[in-house]
Amino acid sequence: MGLDFSVVPQYLDIILLGCAWTIGITVAAAVLSFFGGIIFAVIALYAHWAIRQPFRLIAWVFMGTPLLLQLFLIYFGLVQIGIDLPAFIAGIIGLGLHFAVYNSELIQTAILSVDKGQMEAARTVGLSRSQALRKVVIPQAVRAVIPPIGNNMIALLKDSALVSVIGVSELTLSAQRVIGRTYRPFEFYLMAAAFYYVINLGMEWVLRKIERRISISR
Amino acid sequence: MTDQKNFVEIRHAQKAFGTLEVLKDISLNVERGQIVAIIGPSGSGKSTLLRAINDLDPLTGGEIILDGVQVNKTLPHRQYENHINEMRQQIGMVFQHFNLFPHMTARENVVMAPKMLKGLSKEDADALAVEQLDKVGMLERIDYYPSQLSGGQKQRVAIARALAMKPKLMLFDEATSALDPELVDEVNQVMKKLAEEHMTMIIVTHEMDFAAAVCDRVLFMDQGVVVEEGPPEVVFRNPTQERTREFLRKHLAGAK
Repeated sequence: MGLDFSVVPQYLDIILLGCAWTIGITVAAAVLSFFGGIIFAVIALYAHWAIRQPFRLIAWVFMGTPLLLQLFLIYFGLVQIGIDLPAFIAGIIGLGLHFAVYNSELIQTAILSVDKGQMEAARTVGLSRSQALRKVVIPQAVRAVIPPIGNNMIALLKDSALVSVIGVSELTLSAQRVIGRTYRPFEFYLMAAAFYYVINLGMEWVLRKIERRISISR
Repeated sequence: MTDQKNFVEIRHAQKAFGTLEVLKDISLNVERGQIVAIIGPSGSGKSTLLRAINDLDPLTGGEIILDGVQVNKTLPHRQYENHINEMRQQIGMVFQHFNLFPHMTARENVVMAPKMLKGLSKEDADALAVEQLDKVGMLERIDYYPSQLSGGQKQRVAIARALAMKPKLMLFDEATSALDPELVDEVNQVMKKLAEEHMTMIIVTHEMDFAAAVCDRVLFMDQGVVVEEGPPEVVFRNPTQERTREFLRKHLAGAK
């Protein structure tokens, strides 16, 4: 029995809906991981030790344990203490925080490598330390790490398939459901792969645009 | 507005990094509108002294007073931060390496702090940017980013940025040392213009000709002390100290 793609069109709507969920969750988690990464970086570098130390533990948990386990904890675990999140929200939080920790590592290094003269110049015109960080140092640091953050975002897209295990009907789970009905795993997994590839291309295109816009001002 | 004679007062300034004394009991008064040049070999402490005036490099002893207010007051941390931010608004500083904000245009560099700290409206901020950039001859480049400017142009924008806070005192830390020789003059012209407007300035420089032409007073520093001070014609033509003579001989020979 060879490949037969003739069954694909009648299930295309399910697959496309899955694509929409994948894109939605990826974009929401990417935004969360970007701003979360900036906040985490500032906490890691500048917060009082009483905040910094517990935070470090949390960051370590997110970096040192499987994302799959983290998703289980957020979705199934939190219910036990009365926090019942919809699956897609749990997925966004899990993916977002996981990648925020990775982005934070990049941003921390970038903040530390912004020329010391920048902070000095900002202070000499009268800005406070936090104002100088917000207006001068952090914007430069973030610009410097947009390309590696972009790589993290591509990884985030691929890892978004993991939220299928907590029942979010994104692309991978949609493909599985269709396969359950048609017994055509090869065709529909290949389809899903093709769609991931297309979404990936779209993301890379957006990232290149952002990079180009930023490079003018450097 | 208090004391015109002692507009800037440095009393017994001391600075030590561990056991290394960089400034050893330096006192200096600058009148309102005066221009003082500080010269001396590298490592003499001249930049450290300049950077102590706005507390970028805090002194380990002594007092800095600007217009009757002590800059380096002893205050609890929070209060001190507010105090020093307010003092720094009154003290403009220009750096050797410009330190323009690379992610902002010339306009944004100039108005960022006034907008943030003085709450200027968009119209007032625009007018301020035009006024200050025009003063330094950079109006045509108002929407350029620093990466699109030459060194001399960057430094002129940096001067406009400092002036935008309407400071009472301007500090120049080797403002032309990092420039290609042909770009030095455009920055010097701007500084001369400020001198004509009676801006009080303290200038750390390697350029003896400029110091001689513009300054009211010259300080020669070496190894953390003021070796000699006086009007430029005296310090440059008839220095009384052997160390000054030696420095000038080397420096003027090196310049050729």
